[in-house]
Amino acid sequence: MEGNWALTKKRARLEQRARIVQMIRAFFIGREYLEVETPQRLPGNAPEAHIDAITSDNSFLHTSPELCMKRLLAAGYGKLFQICHCWRDGERGKRHLPEFTILEWYAADCDYRRLMDECEILLRTLVAQEHFTYQGETIDLSGPFERLTVAEAFEQYATLGLAEALETARFDELLTLEVEPHLGRRRPTFLIEYPSELAALARCHPERPHVAERFELYIAGLELANAFSELTDPTEQRRRFDADEAERRAAGKPPYPVPEKFLTELATMPEAAGIALGLDRLVMLLTDATIIDEVVAFSPELL
Amino acid sequence: MLSTSDLRKGTKLMIDGEPHVIAQFDFSKPGKGQALYKCKLRNMITGALFDRTYRSGESFEPAALHESDMQYLYQDESGYVFMDQKSYEQTTLAAEALGDQKYFLVDNMEVKILMFGERGIGITLPNFVNLRVSQSDPWVKGDTAAGNNKPATVESGYTLQVPSFVEQGSLIQIDTRTGEYVTRVKE
Repeated sequence: MEGNWALTKKRARLEQRARIVQMIRAFFIGREYLEVETPQRLPGNAPEAHIDAITSDNSFLHTSPELCMKRLLAAGYGKLFQICHCWRDGERGKRHLPEFTILEWYAADCDYRRLMDECEILLRTLVAQEHFTYQGETIDLSGPFERLTVAEAFEQYATLGLAEALETARFDELLTLEVEPHLGRRRPTFLIEYPSELAALARCHPERPHVAERFELYIAGLELANAFSELTDPTEQRRRFDADEAERRAAGKPPYPVPEKFLTELATMPEAAGIALGLDRLVMLLTDATIIDEVVAFSPELL
Repeated sequence: MLSTSDLRKGTKLMIDGEPHVIAQFDFSKPGKGQALYKCKLRNMITGALFDRTYRSGESFEPAALHESDMQYLYQDESGYVFMDQKSYEQTTLAAEALGDQKYFLVDNMEVKILMFGERGIGITLPNFVNLRVSQSDPWVKGDTAAGNNKPATVESGYTLQVPSFVEQGSLIQIDTRTGEYVTRVKE
């Protein structure tokens, strides 16, 4: 009897994946980040209109370790990273798994611009060459990555400008169908300056409050990471949570309790920046895989 | 009614009174944004293909189809001929209605034919079928790394990736739902 070929055939990529994870750990430990593990089952997640948690008894599996990581920041841990599984209900496609792996890191006294610099250094460290090839396309890492504002990206690639896209509630659709395929071609792109309506947990720019200090990193059209200069104002954070929670409930989604401990402790959180990076997608890029199934041992259908 | 979470390759929907099947499916979603469900739909009567993108919150009518147990008889110029196991009536499906499934038909195979009214419009195959490899390049000595694969063509003309140790003439099992290699079959 021969082994299960669907598993056997992944060996080369799983070996590369293990090496990439080891290099990531070495990178952050070398930069004096503390590796932490936070609970994967929570009383509630940060309310987000379009991210759905999976329930587990009377709790929720975390959709990201964000709230616990920031409570540690608020308690004085200055530099933290975590590699963990997260769960998002209903997300399954060529680039999505409902259970996937996130790399998150946070630094006190940091902002999103310095995080962009750190992303560049991380990618150059992992690739160890000036470029790599993904699906026949050469991605150049030797120079600075492209920094494109959301408004510029809509201007260049979408059939509507940013303001119109927001007014007609077509932002996500145009971003997905018209903008994203152009991002991170030939060199990685940081999509920066999200409109404040889409700030999530990001701080707004001090001089230009209509834009949030949020970026997303794209390579070869693939969304790889989302980052903020963190919002540290509990009142504003509560207002945003309430708005997102109202939107969730209006859509018939299960209520989350207000994360009161997080909101209380946010008052003591220093200025900080944090980022969540899709580790499976990073492995896809670095091992030239077209679908996410190729870089994990078990996709749900193999269970 | 079906929701967007029911959409996947193979889901059958009623659109404008006609049954359609999702031939290709992709889920895409900006991390913090709204999900899009990109579908290539095939009209199961006319065979016409078209693209449609759905958003979370939309609902769908499932296609009103029933299944009949039939046996595959033969192929002729009109298409693929099946016989109802109860009534002995024959139904013919065109090659276009079968797509890649035509490669997995074996004489006398018992299948389920999807009926829209009196008309056969699709097929459900057994999950696994055994077919013989008719062409594949020989194993290269020294190529021992586990996980290496190579293309092979089976007797029906279908080409797929198989492990490097599979030889020409071997009988292999294929998963008809994915079209992928499962294992060698002992004879």
